[in-house]
Amino acid sequence: MGRRELMNLGKKILNFSIGMLILLLVWQIIKIIGDYPEALLPSPVNVAHTIIEMIVDGTLLVHLQVSLGRFAAGYLLAIIPAVILGMLLGRMPRIWQIVDPIIQVLRPVSPIAWSPFIVLWFGIGNMPAIVIIFIAAFFPVLLTTVAGVKKVDKNYLKIAENMEMNRLELMVKIIFPAAFPSIVSGLHLALGSAWIFLVAGEMVGAQSGLGFLIVDARNTLNLSGVLAGIIFIGLLGFILDRLISLFERWVGSHWGISS
Amino acid sequence: MMAEQMISVSGVTKTFTNNGKPTNVLDQVSFDMKKGEIVTLLGKSGCGKSTLLHIVGGFLKAEEGTVYLDNQLVQRPTKKCVTLFQQHNLLPWRSVLKNVGLGLEGENIPEDEKKVRVMDAIKLVGLEQYLHQFPHELSGGMQQRVAIARAFAMQPDVILMDEPFAALDTFNRYHLQDELLRIQTQMKTTILIVTHDIDEAVYLSDRVLIMSSHPGRIFKELEIQQTKPRDRTQGDFLYYRKKILEQFELSGTNKAPEYMI
Repeated sequence: MGRRELMNLGKKILNFSIGMLILLLVWQIIKIIGDYPEALLPSPVNVAHTIIEMIVDGTLLVHLQVSLGRFAAGYLLAIIPAVILGMLLGRMPRIWQIVDPIIQVLRPVSPIAWSPFIVLWFGIGNMPAIVIIFIAAFFPVLLTTVAGVKKVDKNYLKIAENMEMNRLELMVKIIFPAAFPSIVSGLHLALGSAWIFLVAGEMVGAQSGLGFLIVDARNTLNLSGVLAGIIFIGLLGFILDRLISLFERWVGSHWGISS
Repeated sequence: MMAEQMISVSGVTKTFTNNGKPTNVLDQVSFDMKKGEIVTLLGKSGCGKSTLLHIVGGFLKAEEGTVYLDNQLVQRPTKKCVTLFQQHNLLPWRSVLKNVGLGLEGENIPEDEKKVRVMDAIKLVGLEQYLHQFPHELSGGMQQRVAIARAFAMQPDVILMDEPFAALDTFNRYHLQDELLRIQTQMKTTILIVTHDIDEAVYLSDRVLIMSSHPGRIFKELEIQQTKPRDRTQGDFLYYRKKILEQFELSGTNKAPEYMI
């Protein structure tokens, strides 16, 4: 890492801290001006207490691990078939013309809408959350993969023909890498939407995880617990997004898309 | 030395349908190429020269006529006949080394020999300093050199080039033309080049096939009897240049009326 990058990183951290500080300040001011009781809007200090407590007594770690496990399972189960299916459908325009409308009808439906069926078919526990994350992650990856495959430069296909590549080689050596930047941007989109639905998924019959933590805190009228849960989810989502952005940037520079 | 026939194109006709209207792009085109020859297809844009190259390469099918490469009917692209395009010849996610090696990956030859062939080709175009660079880190001229190296690494019978230097600036273009001639003298590969650049045609080719448009036909064949390397400023060069320009005026299909009232 060069001096310039280090300075950039420092600047970013500074910006982040300033933003967070302003958020805390606004929160505290609202609390003071509105004179809201603790049962309506907990103060930052109280929430900070709860957060520290949860970190120290280990509850956070337990629920965090469970949530991340479910998230990883649902996300990976979604993206692997979505990429493979997208690569095949992108190469079969006639079939895609038929499949596309189906996808376009299914896609706008919030994964939560399926929850009655999900509980019926998959029971409670880990499965509902995993299935909901699966639904949330599947469509963005499928659609961007198909789009990426369809816009692969015709010259690359000609090169493949010229090299007498078979179908598998064509997929592995040409189509997949050529569509990879699109696929990664789909992975990024999917990561965001799937993370949003993690909480919702864990509100459907789960007994653990960050989503459950919020439901449980609400049930005991522990509002600073609810806010603590919200903060964890927000921060973690932010970190995940940064990580995949880094990956996306690496892909971009490696593929010569951005300088 | 008796030169053998390498390419034989006979009676190739191709029609494209544009807005329901069929346009005759190529009409009964025939020509032959001897082994080791450099021939250019010279014509204005839209004369079907690129289409013809794609048919010779096996990427497109002609409605009528046949293309034979080394006495075999061309039906699809093969490794024996490598095509280079104006740009986007390289896979951007592969380094120079991997791009040049691409054509040898499926080949049934020992790994050591592959490495030697790839390195020899890269040395041929003088890019051994850039083995691990990616295409976007190279200039346009260097990218085309990598593409040329890949083609020669495959040791094909024929290389087809579709305006390979058109996207480059003049200095780079001259430099690459020299490189190509130097490599070709060494490898004796048969090369068919499509271009609209008269200088390029005169500088590179043993024979120039001048094409007329609508429909695309070979209008005139011109043999350049001058030893290579040629001098771009010398009298003979200018003579051929002038002769080609005259031919274009004679072909005249595209001449717009100067006055229209």
